Amino acid sequence: MENRKIVIIGGGPAGMSAAIAAYESGERDILILERDAALGGILQQCIHNGFGLHRFGEELSGPEYAWRYEKKVRELEIEFKLNTMVLDITPDKVITATSAQDGLVQIKAEAIILAMGCRERPRGALNIPGERPAGIYSAGMAQKLVNMMGYMPGKNVVILGSGDIGLIMARRMTLEGAKVHAVCELMPYSGGLARNIEQCLNDFGIPLKLSHTVTKIHGKERLEGVTISRVDENRRPIEGSEEYIPCDTLLLSVGLIPENELTKSAGLSLSGVTSGAEVDQYRQTEKAGVFSCGNVLHVHDLVDFVSEEAEIAGKSAAAFVNGGLEQNTDIKINTDGKIRYTVPQRITAKGDVSVYFRVGNIYRNSKITVKDGERVILSKKKEKLAPGEMECVKLTAAEIGDATALSFSIEEA
Amino acid sequence: MENIYDVAIIGGGVVGGMIARKLSSFKLDICILEKESDVAMGATRANSAIVHAGFDAKEGSLKALLNVRGSEMMENVARELGVKYKRNGSLVIGFSDEDRIALNALCERGIKNGVKGVRVVERDELKALEPNISDNALCALYAPTGAIICPYELTIASIGNAMDNGASLLLDFAVESIRREGDYYEITSGDRCVKARYVINAAGLYSDEIARMVGDDSFTVHARRGEYILLDRECGEIARHTIFRVPSKMGKGILVSPTVDGNLILGPTSEDIGDRDDKQVTRHGLDKVIKEAGENLSVRVPINKSITSFCGLRAVGSTGDFIINSNVENFVNVAGIESPGLSSAPAIAEYVAEMLSDMGLELIPNEKFNPIRAPKHAFREASLEEKNEYIKRDSAYGRIICRCETVSEGEILDAIRSNPPARTVDAVKRRTRSGMGRCQGGFCGTYVMELIAKETGVPFESVTKSGKNSTMVVGKTKEN
Repeated sequence: MENRKIVIIGGGPAGMSAAIAAYESGERDILILERDAALGGILQQCIHNGFGLHRFGEELSGPEYAWRYEKKVRELEIEFKLNTMVLDITPDKVITATSAQDGLVQIKAEAIILAMGCRERPRGALNIPGERPAGIYSAGMAQKLVNMMGYMPGKNVVILGSGDIGLIMARRMTLEGAKVHAVCELMPYSGGLARNIEQCLNDFGIPLKLSHTVTKIHGKERLEGVTISRVDENRRPIEGSEEYIPCDTLLLSVGLIPENELTKSAGLSLSGVTSGAEVDQYRQTEKAGVFSCGNVLHVHDLVDFVSEEAEIAGKSAAAFVNGGLEQNTDIKINTDGKIRYTVPQRITAKGDVSVYFRVGNIYRNSKITVKDGERVILSKKKEKLAPGEMECVKLTAAEIGDATALSFSIEEA
Repeated sequence: MENIYDVAIIGGGVVGGMIARKLSSFKLDICILEKESDVAMGATRANSAIVHAGFDAKEGSLKALLNVRGSEMMENVARELGVKYKRNGSLVIGFSDEDRIALNALCERGIKNGVKGVRVVERDELKALEPNISDNALCALYAPTGAIICPYELTIASIGNAMDNGASLLLDFAVESIRREGDYYEITSGDRCVKARYVINAAGLYSDEIARMVGDDSFTVHARRGEYILLDRECGEIARHTIFRVPSKMGKGILVSPTVDGNLILGPTSEDIGDRDDKQVTRHGLDKVIKEAGENLSVRVPINKSITSFCGLRAVGSTGDFIINSNVENFVNVAGIESPGLSSAPAIAEYVAEMLSDMGLELIPNEKFNPIRAPKHAFREASLEEKNEYIKRDSAYGRIICRCETVSEGEILDAIRSNPPARTVDAVKRRTRSGMGRCQGGFCGTYVMELIAKETGVPFESVTKSGKNSTMVVGKTKEN
């Protein structure tokens, strides 16, 4: 069995960024395992622009953004194995991976950084009435067919779910000559970024139907149409509101789920809210030496934040294998329900901390409050909070003080 | 002179498949005619996947006889064919004193039918057998010989084994006419024609239409819809046994059962319909499945973990029993094979072979017959060392295509290359589980399409989901 200092599972934006950060922190024994034939992860098929505004102040395409990191990985000669799928991670950090070139290999790692990303929620999870014809794809699969393989999944399209990939694909399909008849969103608001609604739907006159869902699939061999219905406040279809839209393609963009099978095999429990591991400010999980970052930890809306988070994990992993991470406190972060979750979920070392969080609904003219018991640490007015946009507050060591728990809440005006 | 088959079997479901395999153990030239693009596409594809112990059917009926016999044979058949089989036992739970009376009657019937070990258990034992059973359940009929199996895996394996032993399979062969010509039948589909001395009508939902083609209108068949929900593998341990409710005349109610692959299956609804092609899942049906499955358990059914829902059609015959007879010379009906059809299939095959023999077909053992089919899930379950051996022999086994279910390129190529060959995305999925996991093919779909295109020499655009017009893409970009 091979012994390695840091093994990173996944060579997408999170994995590459973590590797570079670990290298720059002085560690040289780093191995990235990537299951695809190239580094870059899902960014490879995201040929639209808008990546890197925060990090580089430029609007890059997905492959361009990924290349900035890949180039660095190559320059630093950080080792990576492609076409290599990790099958198992044991609780004592033994990784089993398979590839056509090496067969099955086992690697014992001192630190592991989980950076497997996320996947799309499938249609089955929705149980839409009707048959199971061809022509129903996740938005990501359609994106791969169109952008990487050069095939059209169909010509008349309805999109269910207004997640960012769905919005991006509405524009892409339109540019490729298809007619996108509607984007239906079950919720009364979109889960996608405001800029994507503007640039991908409004600019092309594609209707966004909020509080709507697909209630029936028509067609036996190939999709022939869908029935959409308005839903009430409990998200149940309203009888009489049905509308039939003929189409040959239904794209689903109904959410992303962190891909955590390996996290579970490593013996870690998952948060019921994020479906990812729970971490401290180092992005270290409950298991010493196992770190998690990027979309496998929680779904991000911008890759820029993925890179930022992965740098923390990479730097921390390097510190872990070279003398250890300082842990001198244990502060739990609680949320009020309006805030669905925070990352990190706990703080284990004194110092400045950025806490990221996501809300569960739209809140206007509200106030973000962070308290230690009755002591208000921070209170920040916010014009609009939306589930589609991740928020961040920075807390200094002085502000945190001797707190043993922090509570994050939203107060509506 | 064109080939004249000894036997043509119409229908590539579990019944036709089991018969084909049985007949391929004799020196016979046989063919299977299937109207779809793959085998196991009718009632076989979507049912509860249960090998019933045999206490349900009325004493003395063909259903009772063949169910008990089939259930006894199944373990061995599964072993020979390399198909997963698990004797997990079944429980029919009762909630009232009235139910208890019904369960006692069922138990007696089971004993009369020859079901081994069947007995009524009381609450404490029930709770010990099945920790998550509903707190309202008072007692249950326990049948330790109840088992689970994957019906399409069994069918694919039996037809594959028959083909390995010389049988022919003709796909997309929807029978349009059957005509007697001297001492054989001519069976046509479009411009294709097959000649056979004996015909077996195992056409499931369409078996009455097939019988009418030779002038036999002694029975009819109608469709009974059953909707199901399949939950993620992390839910497979919620139930250990197959949990039924006290049966009614519409069937055995909504059951909850683990599957051999570790998922949890809930269903079916039961609704008689006129349309034989209506496999739509309905809101109403799914709600019923969720509600009634939930009533069987003390824990909440995690519906948010469902990975797919589907509807199956059972072929219900007009006589109340299996219809296995011959009213026209050398033409055998094997019709109305509703539940417990899957459980009975190996015994039906035996029964039909005897009928053919009685009708004058000479059954000479085929000494080259090999009952063994290499298990297709072997790689999945192999040890690390064994997997490495596979990969050394063929590096394609090291390349993972389906990430959710960890299916390698080697296994997918094997499904495309071995009998009965997979030609569609769904056919690959049924054989390998590729695309059956949590992402339902979102990642691997395009790779599977590429492999099918390459192996079968068709353009990528022609690859279908499940045959006919179910193409996955409509053309190249920048072409319009």
